[in-house]
Amino acid sequence: MTVTDETSREGRPEEIRAVPVRHWGRWVAAVIIAYIAVWAVYSVVNNPNFGWDVIGQNFTITAVMTGIGKTLELTAIAMVMGVVGGVLLAIMRLSPNPLISGSAWLYIWAFRGTPVLVQILLWAFIKALVPQLSIGIPFGPTFAHFDANSLITPFVAGCLGLGLNEAAYMSEIVRAGILSVDQGQAEAASALGMSRAKTMRRIVLPQAMRVIIPPTGNETISMLKTSSLVSVIAVPELLYSVQIIYGRTYQTIPLLLLASIWYLIMTSILTVGQFYLERYFGRGTAQRQTMLERLWSNLRARRTAQRTAVEGRER
Amino acid sequence: MSGVGLGKPGAEPPEPADGDGPSGAAPGRPMVRSEGVCKSFGRLDVLKGIDLEVMPGEVMCVIGPSGSGKSTFLRCINHLEKINAGRLWVNGHLVGYRERGGKLHELRESEVAAQRRDIGMVFQRFNLFPHMTALENVMEAPVQVRRIPRAKAREAAVALLERVGLADKARSYPSQLSGGQQQRVAIARALAMEPALMLFDEPTSALDPELVGEVLEVMKQLAVDGMTMIVVTHEMGFAREVGDSLVFMDGGVVVEKGTPREVLANPRHQRTQDFLSKVL
Repeated sequence: MTVTDETSREGRPEEIRAVPVRHWGRWVAAVIIAYIAVWAVYSVVNNPNFGWDVIGQNFTITAVMTGIGKTLELTAIAMVMGVVGGVLLAIMRLSPNPLISGSAWLYIWAFRGTPVLVQILLWAFIKALVPQLSIGIPFGPTFAHFDANSLITPFVAGCLGLGLNEAAYMSEIVRAGILSVDQGQAEAASALGMSRAKTMRRIVLPQAMRVIIPPTGNETISMLKTSSLVSVIAVPELLYSVQIIYGRTYQTIPLLLLASIWYLIMTSILTVGQFYLERYFGRGTAQRQTMLERLWSNLRARRTAQRTAVEGRER
Repeated sequence: MSGVGLGKPGAEPPEPADGDGPSGAAPGRPMVRSEGVCKSFGRLDVLKGIDLEVMPGEVMCVIGPSGSGKSTFLRCINHLEKINAGRLWVNGHLVGYRERGGKLHELRESEVAAQRRDIGMVFQRFNLFPHMTALENVMEAPVQVRRIPRAKAREAAVALLERVGLADKARSYPSQLSGGQQQRVAIARALAMEPALMLFDEPTSALDPELVGEVLEVMKQLAVDGMTMIVVTHEMGFAREVGDSLVFMDGGVVVEKGTPREVLANPRHQRTQDFLSKVL
Protein backbone atom coordinates (compact mmCIF):
# COMPACT_ATOMS: atom_id res chain seq x y z
CA MET A 1 0.00 0.00 0.00
CA THR A 2 2.68 2.49 0.98
CA VAL A 3 4.61 4.21 -1.74
CA THR A 4 8.31 3.76 -1.19
CA ASP A 5 10.18 7.00 -0.96
CA GLU A 6 12.60 7.16 -3.88
CA THR A 7 15.52 8.37 -1.77
CA SER A 8 15.23 5.34 0.51
CA ARG A 9 15.90 3.08 -2.46
CA GLU A 10 19.49 4.24 -2.72
CA GLY A 11 22.04 1.58 -2.05
CA ARG A 12 19.60 -1.18 -2.95
CA PRO A 13 20.69 -3.80 -5.51
CA GLU A 14 19.67 -2.95 -9.06
CA GLU A 15 15.99 -3.41 -9.97
CA ILE A 16 15.37 -6.65 -11.92
CA ARG A 17 14.48 -6.02 -15.56
CA ALA A 18 14.09 -9.53 -17.01
CA VAL A 19 12.91 -10.48 -20.49
CA PRO A 20 9.26 -11.53 -20.07
CA VAL A 21 8.06 -14.96 -21.24
CA ARG A 22 6.70 -14.79 -24.80
CA HIS A 23 3.24 -16.30 -25.16
CA TRP A 24 3.26 -17.50 -28.78
CA GLY A 25 -0.04 -19.35 -28.41
CA ARG A 26 -1.80 -16.12 -27.48
CA TRP A 27 -0.48 -14.39 -30.57
CA VAL A 28 -1.73 -17.17 -32.84
CA ALA A 29 -5.15 -17.13 -31.16
CA ALA A 30 -5.35 -13.34 -31.50
CA VAL A 31 -4.62 -13.52 -35.23
CA ILE A 32 -7.29 -16.18 -35.80
CA ILE A 33 -9.90 -14.26 -33.82
CA ALA A 34 -9.10 -11.01 -35.64
CA TYR A 35 -9.45 -12.80 -39.00
CA ILE A 36 -12.87 -14.22 -38.06
CA ALA A 37 -14.01 -10.82 -36.77
CA VAL A 38 -13.06 -9.07 -40.00
CA TRP A 39 -14.88 -11.71 -42.02
CA ALA A 40 -18.01 -11.40 -39.84
CA VAL A 41 -18.13 -7.62 -40.12
CA TYR A 42 -17.55 -7.83 -43.89
CA SER A 43 -20.39 -10.28 -44.47
CA VAL A 44 -22.82 -8.36 -42.23
CA VAL A 45 -22.13 -5.07 -43.98
CA ASN A 46 -22.37 -6.55 -47.48
CA ASN A 47 -25.45 -8.76 -47.01
CA PRO A 48 -28.38 -6.73 -48.44
CA ASN A 49 -30.88 -8.79 -46.41
CA PHE A 50 -29.82 -6.97 -43.26
CA GLY A 51 -31.39 -3.85 -44.73
CA TRP A 52 -29.12 -1.29 -43.13
CA ASP A 53 -30.80 1.48 -45.09
CA VAL A 54 -34.18 0.51 -43.62
CA ILE A 55 -32.70 0.46 -40.14
CA GLY A 56 -31.16 3.87 -40.72
CA GLN A 57 -34.39 5.36 -42.03
CA ASN A 58 -36.53 4.07 -39.20
CA PHE A 59 -33.99 4.34 -36.38
CA THR A 60 -35.46 7.42 -34.70
CA ILE A 61 -38.98 7.65 -36.07
CA THR A 62 -41.74 8.65 -33.64
CA ALA A 63 -43.27 5.18 -33.35
CA VAL A 64 -39.92 3.69 -32.29
CA MET A 65 -39.23 6.54 -29.89
CA THR A 66 -42.57 6.27 -28.12
CA GLY A 67 -42.06 2.50 -28.03
CA ILE A 68 -38.72 3.03 -26.27
CA GLY A 69 -40.43 5.40 -23.86
CA LYS A 70 -43.04 2.77 -23.00
CA THR A 71 -40.39 0.08 -22.62
CA LEU A 72 -38.43 2.25 -20.17
CA GLU A 73 -41.62 3.17 -18.32
CA LEU A 74 -42.63 -0.50 -18.00
CA THR A 75 -39.15 -1.49 -16.83
CA ALA A 76 -38.99 1.29 -14.25
CA ILE A 77 -42.46 0.63 -12.83
CA ALA A 78 -42.00 -3.14 -12.77
CA MET A 79 -38.59 -2.86 -11.07
CA VAL A 80 -39.85 -0.41 -8.45
CA MET A 81 -42.71 -2.82 -7.73
CA GLY A 82 -40.22 -5.67 -7.69
CA VAL A 83 -37.73 -4.03 -5.32
CA VAL A 84 -40.30 -2.64 -2.88
CA GLY A 85 -42.28 -5.86 -2.93
CA GLY A 86 -39.10 -7.90 -2.71
CA VAL A 87 -37.80 -6.09 0.39
CA LEU A 88 -41.22 -6.45 2.01
CA LEU A 89 -41.47 -10.15 1.18
CA ALA A 90 -37.89 -10.79 2.33
CA ILE A 91 -38.51 -9.15 5.70
CA MET A 92 -41.77 -11.07 5.98
CA ARG A 93 -40.00 -14.34 5.24
CA LEU A 94 -37.47 -13.66 8.00
CA SER A 95 -40.23 -12.88 10.49
CA PRO A 96 -40.50 -15.19 13.51
CA ASN A 97 -44.29 -15.19 13.02
CA PRO A 98 -45.05 -18.36 10.99
CA LEU A 99 -48.23 -16.87 9.50
CA ILE A 100 -46.30 -13.91 8.06
CA SER A 101 -43.34 -15.91 6.80
CA GLY A 102 -45.70 -18.59 5.48
CA SER A 103 -47.78 -16.17 3.43
CA ALA A 104 -44.62 -14.68 1.93
CA TRP A 105 -43.48 -18.19 1.08
CA LEU A 106 -46.83 -18.92 -0.58
CA TYR A 107 -46.64 -15.75 -2.68
CA ILE A 108 -43.14 -16.59 -3.88
CA TRP A 109 -44.15 -20.16 -4.58
CA ALA A 110 -47.08 -19.09 -6.78
CA PHE A 111 -45.50 -16.18 -8.63
CA ARG A 112 -42.15 -17.81 -9.20
CA GLY A 113 -43.65 -21.15 -10.15
CA THR A 114 -45.78 -19.99 -13.08
CA PRO A 115 -44.56 -18.49 -16.37
CA VAL A 116 -44.53 -14.70 -16.41
CA LEU A 117 -46.14 -14.76 -19.86
CA VAL A 118 -49.13 -16.61 -18.42
CA GLN A 119 -49.32 -14.13 -15.55
CA ILE A 120 -49.34 -11.21 -17.99
CA LEU A 121 -52.14 -12.85 -20.00
CA LEU A 122 -54.14 -13.55 -16.83
CA TRP A 123 -53.91 -9.89 -15.79
CA ALA A 124 -54.95 -8.82 -19.26
CA PHE A 125 -58.02 -11.07 -19.17
CA ILE A 126 -58.82 -10.32 -15.52
CA LYS A 127 -62.25 -9.08 -16.61
CA ALA A 128 -63.29 -12.65 -17.31
CA LEU A 129 -62.32 -13.59 -13.73
CA VAL A 130 -63.64 -10.60 -11.79
CA PRO A 131 -65.73 -8.23 -13.90
CA GLN A 132 -66.20 -5.75 -11.03
CA LEU A 133 -63.52 -4.53 -8.65
CA SER A 134 -64.71 -2.81 -5.51
CA ILE A 135 -63.09 -1.16 -2.53
CA GLY A 136 -64.61 -2.12 0.78
CA ILE A 137 -64.53 -4.65 3.57
CA PRO A 138 -64.77 -8.28 2.44
CA PHE A 139 -68.22 -9.67 3.29
CA GLY A 140 -69.04 -6.12 4.47
CA PRO A 141 -69.97 -2.81 2.91
CA THR A 142 -68.30 -1.59 -0.29
CA PHE A 143 -67.36 2.00 -0.93
CA ALA A 144 -66.54 2.15 -4.63
CA HIS A 145 -66.97 0.07 -7.74
CA PHE A 146 -64.70 -0.11 -10.77
CA ASP A 147 -65.12 -1.79 -14.05
CA ALA A 148 -62.16 -4.16 -14.33
CA ASN A 149 -61.76 -3.42 -17.98
CA SER A 150 -61.35 0.33 -17.57
CA LEU A 151 -59.10 0.01 -14.52
CA ILE A 152 -56.79 -2.74 -15.79
CA THR A 153 -55.71 -1.37 -19.16
CA PRO A 154 -53.19 -3.44 -21.12
CA PHE A 155 -50.40 -1.22 -19.77
CA VAL A 156 -51.53 -1.72 -16.16
CA ALA A 157 -51.86 -5.46 -16.78
CA GLY A 158 -48.30 -5.48 -18.15
CA CYS A 159 -46.97 -3.63 -15.10
CA LEU A 160 -48.80 -5.98 -12.72
CA GLY A 161 -47.64 -9.09 -14.54
CA LEU A 162 -44.01 -8.04 -14.69
CA GLY A 163 -43.82 -6.29 -11.30
CA LEU A 164 -45.55 -8.90 -9.15
CA ASN A 165 -43.49 -11.66 -10.75
CA GLU A 166 -40.32 -9.65 -10.19
CA ALA A 167 -41.14 -9.13 -6.51
CA ALA A 168 -40.97 -12.89 -5.99
CA TYR A 169 -37.48 -13.06 -7.51
CA MET A 170 -36.26 -9.90 -5.80
CA SER A 171 -37.37 -11.18 -2.40
CA GLU A 172 -34.96 -14.09 -2.66
CA ILE A 173 -32.15 -11.73 -3.68
CA VAL A 174 -32.89 -9.39 -0.78
CA ARG A 175 -33.18 -12.28 1.66
CA ALA A 176 -29.78 -13.61 0.59
CA GLY A 177 -28.37 -10.11 1.08
CA ILE A 178 -29.81 -9.74 4.57
CA LEU A 179 -28.54 -13.17 5.59
CA SER A 180 -25.07 -12.32 4.28
CA VAL A 181 -24.63 -9.59 6.91
CA ASP A 182 -22.73 -10.79 9.99
CA GLN A 183 -24.95 -11.46 13.01
CA GLY A 184 -22.53 -9.37 15.10
CA GLN A 185 -23.69 -6.24 13.27
CA ALA A 186 -27.27 -6.58 14.49
CA GLU A 187 -25.95 -7.44 17.95
CA ALA A 188 -23.76 -4.35 18.08
CA ALA A 189 -26.69 -2.22 16.97
CA SER A 190 -29.06 -3.61 19.58
CA ALA A 191 -26.36 -3.28 22.24
CA LEU A 192 -26.37 0.44 21.37
CA GLY A 193 -30.12 0.51 22.01
CA MET A 194 -31.29 0.61 18.41
CA SER A 195 -34.70 -0.86 17.63
CA ARG A 196 -35.03 -3.82 15.30
CA ALA A 197 -36.56 -1.71 12.51
CA LYS A 198 -33.83 0.90 12.80
CA THR A 199 -31.14 -1.77 12.86
CA MET A 200 -32.57 -3.18 9.65
CA ARG A 201 -32.75 0.22 7.95
CA ARG A 202 -29.50 1.79 9.14
CA ILE A 203 -27.16 -1.16 9.64
CA VAL A 204 -28.25 -4.37 7.93
CA LEU A 205 -29.85 -3.23 4.66
CA PRO A 206 -27.04 -0.82 3.63
CA GLN A 207 -24.56 -3.67 4.06
CA ALA A 208 -26.86 -6.15 2.36
CA MET A 209 -26.97 -3.76 -0.60
CA ARG A 210 -23.46 -4.79 -1.57
CA VAL A 211 -24.78 -8.30 -2.12
CA ILE A 212 -28.17 -7.19 -3.45
CA ILE A 213 -27.08 -4.63 -6.08
CA PRO A 214 -25.26 -6.85 -8.61
CA PRO A 215 -28.10 -9.36 -9.10
CA THR A 216 -30.60 -6.48 -9.03
CA GLY A 217 -28.70 -4.89 -11.90
CA ASN A 218 -28.98 -8.18 -13.74
CA GLU A 219 -32.69 -8.29 -12.98
CA THR A 220 -33.15 -4.75 -14.32
CA ILE A 221 -31.34 -5.57 -17.54
CA SER A 222 -33.31 -8.77 -17.80
CA MET A 223 -36.55 -6.87 -17.12
CA LEU A 224 -35.80 -4.41 -19.93
CA LYS A 225 -35.81 -7.35 -22.31
CA THR A 226 -38.60 -9.32 -20.62
CA SER A 227 -40.85 -6.28 -20.94
CA SER A 228 -41.08 -7.17 -24.65
CA LEU A 229 -43.40 -10.01 -23.56
CA VAL A 230 -46.22 -7.54 -23.03
CA SER A 231 -46.34 -7.12 -26.80
CA VAL A 232 -48.69 -10.13 -26.68
CA ILE A 233 -51.32 -8.00 -24.97
CA ALA A 234 -50.79 -5.12 -27.42
CA VAL A 235 -48.92 -2.68 -25.19
CA PRO A 236 -47.11 -0.43 -27.68
CA GLU A 237 -43.61 -0.85 -26.28
CA LEU A 238 -40.52 -1.14 -28.48
CA LEU A 239 -41.09 -4.65 -29.85
CA TYR A 240 -44.81 -4.17 -30.47
CA SER A 241 -44.10 -0.82 -32.19
CA VAL A 242 -41.71 -2.40 -34.71
CA GLN A 243 -44.05 -5.35 -35.13
CA ILE A 244 -46.77 -2.94 -36.26
CA ILE A 245 -44.38 -1.40 -38.76
CA TYR A 246 -43.15 -4.66 -40.29
CA GLY A 247 -46.69 -5.98 -40.32
CA ARG A 248 -47.33 -3.19 -42.80
CA THR A 249 -44.03 -3.16 -44.74
CA TYR A 250 -42.88 -6.80 -44.43
CA GLN A 251 -39.35 -5.57 -43.55
CA THR A 252 -39.24 -8.04 -40.67
CA ILE A 253 -35.50 -8.61 -40.24
CA PRO A 254 -34.33 -4.99 -40.44
CA LEU A 255 -36.94 -3.85 -37.93
CA LEU A 256 -36.21 -6.67 -35.50
CA LEU A 257 -32.52 -5.75 -35.78
CA LEU A 258 -33.44 -2.13 -35.16
CA ALA A 259 -35.22 -3.12 -31.96
CA SER A 260 -32.25 -5.30 -30.94
CA ILE A 261 -29.84 -2.40 -31.43
CA TRP A 262 -31.99 -0.19 -29.23
CA TYR A 263 -32.22 -2.90 -26.57
CA LEU A 264 -28.42 -3.21 -26.68
CA ILE A 265 -27.97 0.54 -26.29
CA MET A 266 -30.30 0.62 -23.29
CA THR A 267 -28.78 -2.39 -21.56
CA SER A 268 -25.29 -0.92 -22.10
CA ILE A 269 -26.32 2.29 -20.36
CA LEU A 270 -27.78 0.28 -17.49
CA THR A 271 -24.53 -1.68 -17.15
CA VAL A 272 -22.60 1.56 -16.66
CA GLY A 273 -25.12 2.76 -14.09
CA GLN A 274 -24.82 -0.52 -12.23
CA PHE A 275 -21.06 -0.11 -11.95
CA TYR A 276 -21.31 3.23 -10.16
CA LEU A 277 -24.11 1.98 -7.91
CA GLU A 278 -22.00 -1.01 -6.91
CA ARG A 279 -19.07 1.22 -6.18
CA TYR A 280 -21.19 3.48 -3.97
CA PHE A 281 -22.53 0.60 -1.87
CA GLY A 282 -19.11 -1.07 -1.79
CA ARG A 283 -17.58 1.88 0.09
CA GLY A 284 -15.58 0.78 3.08
CA THR A 285 -14.40 -2.26 1.12
CA ALA A 286 -12.02 -2.50 -1.81
CA GLN A 287 -12.66 0.21 -4.40
CA ARG A 288 -13.31 -0.83 -7.98
CA GLN A 289 -12.05 1.32 -10.84
CA THR A 290 -13.58 2.03 -14.24
CA MET A 291 -11.62 0.85 -17.24
CA LEU A 292 -10.65 4.46 -17.96
CA GLU A 293 -9.47 5.05 -14.39
CA ARG A 294 -7.46 1.85 -14.52
CA LEU A 295 -5.87 2.95 -17.78
CA TRP A 296 -4.88 6.31 -16.28
CA SER A 297 -3.44 4.86 -13.11
CA ASN A 298 -1.51 2.27 -15.13
CA LEU A 299 -0.08 4.96 -17.39
CA ARG A 300 0.84 7.10 -14.42
CA ALA A 301 2.54 4.18 -12.69
CA ARG A 302 4.46 3.30 -15.85
CA ARG A 303 5.60 6.89 -16.34
CA THR A 304 6.94 7.19 -12.79
CA ALA A 305 8.60 3.79 -13.16
CA GLN A 306 10.30 4.95 -16.33
CA ARG A 307 11.38 8.20 -14.76
CA THR A 308 12.93 6.39 -11.82
CA ALA A 309 14.65 3.96 -14.16
CA VAL A 310 16.13 6.84 -16.16
CA GLU A 311 17.19 8.69 -13.02
CA GLY A 312 18.70 5.49 -11.68
CA ARG A 313 20.79 5.04 -14.80
CA GLU A 314 21.92 8.67 -14.75
CA ARG A 315 23.13 8.20 -11.23
CA MET B 1 -40.71 -3.22 39.12
CA SER B 2 -39.56 -3.77 42.70
CA GLY B 3 -37.64 -6.92 43.35
CA VAL B 4 -39.55 -8.05 46.42
CA GLY B 5 -38.50 -10.89 48.62
CA LEU B 6 -35.68 -12.11 46.48
CA GLY B 7 -32.84 -10.43 48.31
CA LYS B 8 -30.82 -12.24 50.91
CA PRO B 9 -31.98 -11.68 54.48
CA GLY B 10 -30.77 -8.33 55.63
CA ALA B 11 -29.76 -7.27 52.16
CA GLU B 12 -31.44 -4.20 50.86
CA PRO B 13 -33.83 -5.19 48.07
CA PRO B 14 -33.00 -3.53 44.78
CA GLU B 15 -35.23 -0.55 44.32
CA PRO B 16 -36.55 0.88 41.12
CA ALA B 17 -34.39 3.77 40.10
CA ASP B 18 -36.17 6.97 39.31
CA GLY B 19 -35.60 8.35 35.86
CA ASP B 20 -33.60 6.45 33.33
CA GLY B 21 -30.59 8.68 33.17
CA PRO B 22 -27.26 6.93 32.96
CA SER B 23 -25.88 8.51 36.07
CA GLY B 24 -28.60 7.25 38.37
CA ALA B 25 -26.25 5.06 40.36
CA ALA B 26 -27.19 5.54 43.96
CA PRO B 27 -24.36 5.09 46.43
CA GLY B 28 -24.42 1.77 48.20
CA ARG B 29 -26.54 0.07 45.58
CA PRO B 30 -24.81 -2.37 43.24
CA MET B 31 -24.63 -1.42 39.58
CA VAL B 32 -25.08 -5.04 38.61
CA ARG B 33 -26.67 -7.64 40.81
CA SER B 34 -27.07 -11.21 39.75
CA GLU B 35 -28.93 -13.83 41.76
CA GLY B 36 -29.00 -17.45 40.71
CA VAL B 37 -28.78 -16.62 37.03
CA CYS B 38 -29.13 -19.73 34.86
CA LYS B 39 -28.92 -19.97 31.11
CA SER B 40 -29.18 -22.99 28.90
CA PHE B 41 -29.09 -23.46 25.15
CA GLY B 42 -31.41 -26.37 24.59
CA ARG B 43 -30.14 -29.14 26.85
CA LEU B 44 -26.78 -27.51 27.39
CA ASP B 45 -26.60 -25.66 30.71
CA VAL B 46 -24.16 -22.81 30.24
CA LEU B 47 -24.81 -20.86 33.43
CA LYS B 48 -25.77 -22.76 36.58
CA GLY B 49 -26.64 -20.11 39.11
CA ILE B 50 -24.45 -17.03 39.07
CA ASP B 51 -24.49 -14.80 42.16
CA LEU B 52 -22.46 -11.63 41.75
CA GLU B 53 -22.52 -7.98 42.64
CA VAL B 54 -20.65 -5.16 40.96
CA MET B 55 -20.57 -1.82 42.75
CA PRO B 56 -20.54 1.53 40.94
CA GLY B 57 -17.01 2.40 39.86
CA GLU B 58 -15.84 -1.18 40.31
CA VAL B 59 -13.76 -2.91 37.65
CA MET B 60 -14.53 -6.60 37.72
CA CYS B 61 -12.45 -8.96 35.61
CA VAL B 62 -13.82 -12.36 34.72
CA ILE B 63 -11.45 -15.16 33.77
CA GLY B 64 -11.92 -18.83 33.07
CA PRO B 65 -11.46 -21.52 30.44
CA SER B 66 -13.39 -21.27 27.19
CA GLY B 67 -16.89 -22.61 27.49
CA SER B 68 -17.09 -21.63 31.15
CA GLY B 69 -19.96 -19.21 30.46
CA LYS B 70 -18.13 -15.90 30.95
CA SER B 71 -19.21 -14.39 27.65
CA THR B 72 -22.74 -15.73 28.00
CA PHE B 73 -23.04 -14.11 31.42
CA LEU B 74 -21.87 -10.82 29.95
CA ARG B 75 -24.43 -11.08 27.15
CA CYS B 76 -27.18 -11.79 29.67
CA ILE B 77 -26.44 -8.51 31.44
CA ASN B 78 -27.67 -6.47 28.47
CA HIS B 79 -30.28 -9.05 27.51
CA LEU B 80 -28.63 -10.19 24.31
CA GLU B 81 -29.37 -13.58 25.87
CA LYS B 82 -32.56 -14.31 27.79
CA ILE B 83 -31.90 -15.89 31.16
CA ASN B 84 -33.85 -19.03 32.07
CA ALA B 85 -33.85 -18.64 35.84
CA GLY B 86 -32.72 -16.23 38.54
CA ARG B 87 -32.82 -12.47 38.59
CA LEU B 88 -30.53 -9.85 37.13
CA TRP B 89 -30.61 -6.16 37.94
CA VAL B 90 -28.67 -3.34 36.35
CA ASN B 91 -28.76 -0.03 38.14
CA GLY B 92 -31.77 -1.23 40.11
CA HIS B 93 -33.76 -2.24 37.03
CA LEU B 94 -34.69 -5.85 36.43
CA VAL B 95 -33.10 -6.75 33.08
CA GLY B 96 -35.60 -7.67 30.36
CA TYR B 97 -38.59 -8.12 32.66
CA ARG B 98 -41.05 -6.25 34.81
CA GLU B 99 -42.28 -7.77 38.04
CA ARG B 100 -45.90 -7.11 38.79
CA GLY B 101 -48.08 -9.00 41.23
CA GLY B 102 -45.44 -11.65 41.77
CA LYS B 103 -45.32 -12.41 38.06
CA LEU B 104 -42.70 -11.57 35.50
CA HIS B 105 -43.77 -9.78 32.33
CA GLU B 106 -41.46 -9.59 29.38
CA LEU B 107 -40.48 -6.06 28.47
CA ARG B 108 -41.41 -4.77 25.05
CA GLU B 109 -38.67 -4.42 22.46
CA SER B 110 -38.51 -0.65 22.87
CA GLU B 111 -38.17 -1.00 26.64
CA VAL B 112 -35.33 -3.50 26.30
CA ALA B 113 -33.66 -1.10 23.86
CA ALA B 114 -34.04 1.72 26.40
CA GLN B 115 -32.35 -0.43 29.06
CA ARG B 116 -29.44 -1.21 26.77
CA ARG B 117 -28.73 2.47 26.14
CA ASP B 118 -27.12 2.74 29.56
CA ILE B 119 -24.96 -0.34 29.02
CA GLY B 120 -22.02 -0.09 26.64
CA MET B 121 -20.68 -3.26 25.11
CA VAL B 122 -17.39 -3.95 23.38
CA PHE B 123 -17.12 -7.15 21.37
CA GLN B 124 -14.24 -9.50 20.72
CA ARG B 125 -14.63 -8.98 16.96
CA PHE B 126 -15.20 -5.20 17.22
CA ASN B 127 -18.42 -5.34 15.13
CA LEU B 128 -17.89 -1.84 13.79
CA PHE B 129 -20.30 -0.84 11.04
CA PRO B 130 -18.11 -1.30 7.93
CA HIS B 131 -20.12 1.05 5.70
CA MET B 132 -19.53 4.01 8.00
CA THR B 133 -16.39 5.97 8.83
CA ALA B 134 -14.99 5.87 12.36
CA LEU B 135 -16.71 9.19 13.10
CA GLU B 136 -20.04 7.99 11.69
CA ASN B 137 -19.76 4.81 13.75
CA VAL B 138 -19.43 6.85 16.92
CA MET B 139 -22.18 9.31 15.93
CA GLU B 140 -24.70 6.70 14.81
CA ALA B 141 -26.35 5.79 18.11
CA PRO B 142 -26.44 9.30 19.63
CA VAL B 143 -28.08 10.67 16.46
CA GLN B 144 -30.39 7.75 15.73
CA VAL B 145 -31.29 6.64 19.24
CA ARG B 146 -30.83 9.66 21.48
CA ARG B 147 -31.92 12.09 18.74
CA ILE B 148 -29.04 14.43 19.44
CA PRO B 149 -28.54 17.07 16.70
CA ARG B 150 -25.86 15.99 14.21
CA ALA B 151 -23.55 18.95 14.85
CA LYS B 152 -23.56 18.31 18.57
CA ALA B 153 -23.09 14.57 18.13
CA ARG B 154 -20.20 15.18 15.77
CA GLU B 155 -18.50 17.40 18.32
CA ALA B 156 -18.90 14.76 21.01
CA ALA B 157 -17.72 12.02 18.66
CA VAL B 158 -14.58 13.93 17.73
CA ALA B 159 -13.85 14.42 21.43
CA LEU B 160 -14.32 10.70 22.06
CA LEU B 161 -12.05 9.72 19.19
CA GLU B 162 -9.48 12.08 20.62
CA ARG B 163 -9.88 10.40 23.99
CA VAL B 164 -9.02 7.01 22.46
CA GLY B 165 -6.17 8.62 20.49
CA LEU B 166 -7.72 8.38 17.04
CA ALA B 167 -8.70 11.95 16.18
CA ASP B 168 -6.75 11.68 12.91
CA LYS B 169 -8.64 8.53 11.87
CA ALA B 170 -12.13 10.04 12.04
CA ARG B 171 -12.68 9.80 8.31
CA SER B 172 -11.24 6.29 7.90
CA TYR B 173 -13.42 3.27 7.28
CA PRO B 174 -12.98 0.29 9.64
CA SER B 175 -11.29 -1.73 6.88
CA GLN B 176 -8.57 0.91 6.75
CA LEU B 177 -7.79 0.61 10.46
CA SER B 178 -5.70 -1.92 12.38
CA GLY B 179 -7.41 -4.26 14.82
CA GLY B 180 -6.29 -2.19 17.78
CA GLN B 181 -7.56 1.01 16.19
CA GLN B 182 -10.88 -0.65 15.34
CA GLN B 183 -11.34 -1.78 18.92
CA ARG B 184 -10.59 1.71 20.21
CA VAL B 185 -13.22 3.12 17.83
CA ALA B 186 -15.61 0.46 19.14
CA ILE B 187 -14.93 1.64 22.71
CA ALA B 188 -15.55 5.25 21.64
CA ARG B 189 -18.79 4.15 19.97
CA ALA B 190 -19.99 2.51 23.19
CA LEU B 191 -18.98 5.54 25.26
CA ALA B 192 -20.92 7.85 22.95
CA MET B 193 -24.15 6.70 24.60
CA GLU B 194 -22.76 7.82 27.97
CA PRO B 195 -23.30 4.42 29.57
CA ALA B 196 -23.28 3.82 33.31
CA LEU B 197 -21.73 0.40 32.77
CA MET B 198 -19.30 -0.98 30.22
CA LEU B 199 -19.10 -4.63 29.27
CA PHE B 200 -15.97 -5.92 27.55
CA ASP B 201 -16.18 -9.34 25.91
CA GLU B 202 -12.57 -10.47 25.42
CA PRO B 203 -11.69 -7.11 23.85
CA THR B 204 -8.10 -8.04 23.05
CA SER B 205 -8.46 -11.69 22.04
CA ALA B 206 -8.73 -11.01 18.32
CA LEU B 207 -5.74 -8.67 18.27
CA ASP B 208 -2.15 -9.15 17.24
CA PRO B 209 0.03 -9.15 20.39
CA GLU B 210 1.65 -5.80 19.64
CA LEU B 211 -1.78 -4.11 19.39
CA VAL B 212 -3.12 -5.37 22.74
CA GLY B 213 -1.36 -2.66 24.73
CA GLU B 214 -3.04 0.32 23.07
CA VAL B 215 -6.52 -1.09 23.79
CA LEU B 216 -5.70 -1.97 27.38
CA GLU B 217 -4.30 1.55 27.87
CA VAL B 218 -7.64 3.08 26.81
CA MET B 219 -9.51 0.71 29.14
CA LYS B 220 -7.18 1.55 31.99
CA GLN B 221 -7.84 5.25 31.52
CA LEU B 222 -11.55 4.50 31.53
CA ALA B 223 -11.18 2.67 34.86
CA VAL B 224 -9.21 5.58 36.33
CA ASP B 225 -12.04 7.91 35.27
CA GLY B 226 -14.40 5.86 37.45
CA MET B 227 -16.34 3.82 34.89
CA THR B 228 -18.02 0.66 36.14
CA MET B 229 -16.63 -2.16 34.03
CA ILE B 230 -17.01 -5.89 33.65
CA VAL B 231 -14.15 -7.28 31.62
CA VAL B 232 -14.01 -10.84 30.36
CA THR B 233 -10.35 -11.25 29.58
CA HIS B 234 -7.29 -13.44 29.40
CA GLU B 235 -4.99 -10.52 30.23
CA MET B 236 -3.91 -11.39 33.76
CA GLY B 237 -1.61 -8.36 33.87
CA PHE B 238 -4.55 -6.05 33.22
CA ALA B 239 -6.66 -7.87 35.79
CA ARG B 240 -3.96 -7.53 38.44
CA GLU B 241 -3.17 -3.91 37.70
CA VAL B 242 -6.58 -2.39 36.96
CA GLY B 243 -9.17 -4.78 38.36
CA ASP B 244 -10.82 -4.20 41.72
CA SER B 245 -12.13 -7.74 41.80
CA LEU B 246 -11.45 -10.94 39.94
CA VAL B 247 -13.91 -13.72 39.25
CA PHE B 248 -12.89 -17.17 38.13
CA MET B 249 -15.64 -19.06 36.33
CA ASP B 250 -15.66 -22.68 35.29
CA GLY B 251 -18.45 -24.98 34.15
CA GLY B 252 -21.11 -22.29 34.44
CA VAL B 253 -20.47 -21.37 38.06
CA VAL B 254 -18.39 -18.79 39.90
CA VAL B 255 -15.63 -20.85 41.45
CA GLU B 256 -13.81 -18.07 43.18
CA LYS B 257 -14.10 -14.34 43.67
CA GLY B 258 -11.72 -11.97 45.39
CA THR B 259 -9.24 -9.20 44.81
CA PRO B 260 -7.02 -9.92 41.81
CA ARG B 261 -3.98 -10.17 44.06
CA GLU B 262 -5.59 -12.82 46.28
CA VAL B 263 -6.97 -14.93 43.49
CA LEU B 264 -3.90 -14.80 41.29
CA ALA B 265 -1.35 -15.27 44.05
CA ASN B 266 -3.21 -17.62 46.41
CA PRO B 267 -6.05 -19.36 44.61
CA ARG B 268 -8.09 -21.32 47.13
CA HIS B 269 -9.67 -23.80 44.76
CA GLN B 270 -7.98 -26.61 42.93
CA ARG B 271 -9.69 -25.70 39.65
CA THR B 272 -8.46 -22.12 39.87
CA GLN B 273 -4.96 -23.34 40.60
CA ASP B 274 -5.04 -25.68 37.59
CA PHE B 275 -6.29 -22.93 35.28
CA LEU B 276 -3.79 -20.36 36.48
CA SER B 277 -0.90 -22.80 36.24
CA LYS B 278 -1.74 -23.15 32.55
CA VAL B 279 -2.12 -19.48 31.66
CA LEU B 280 0.39 -17.70 33.91
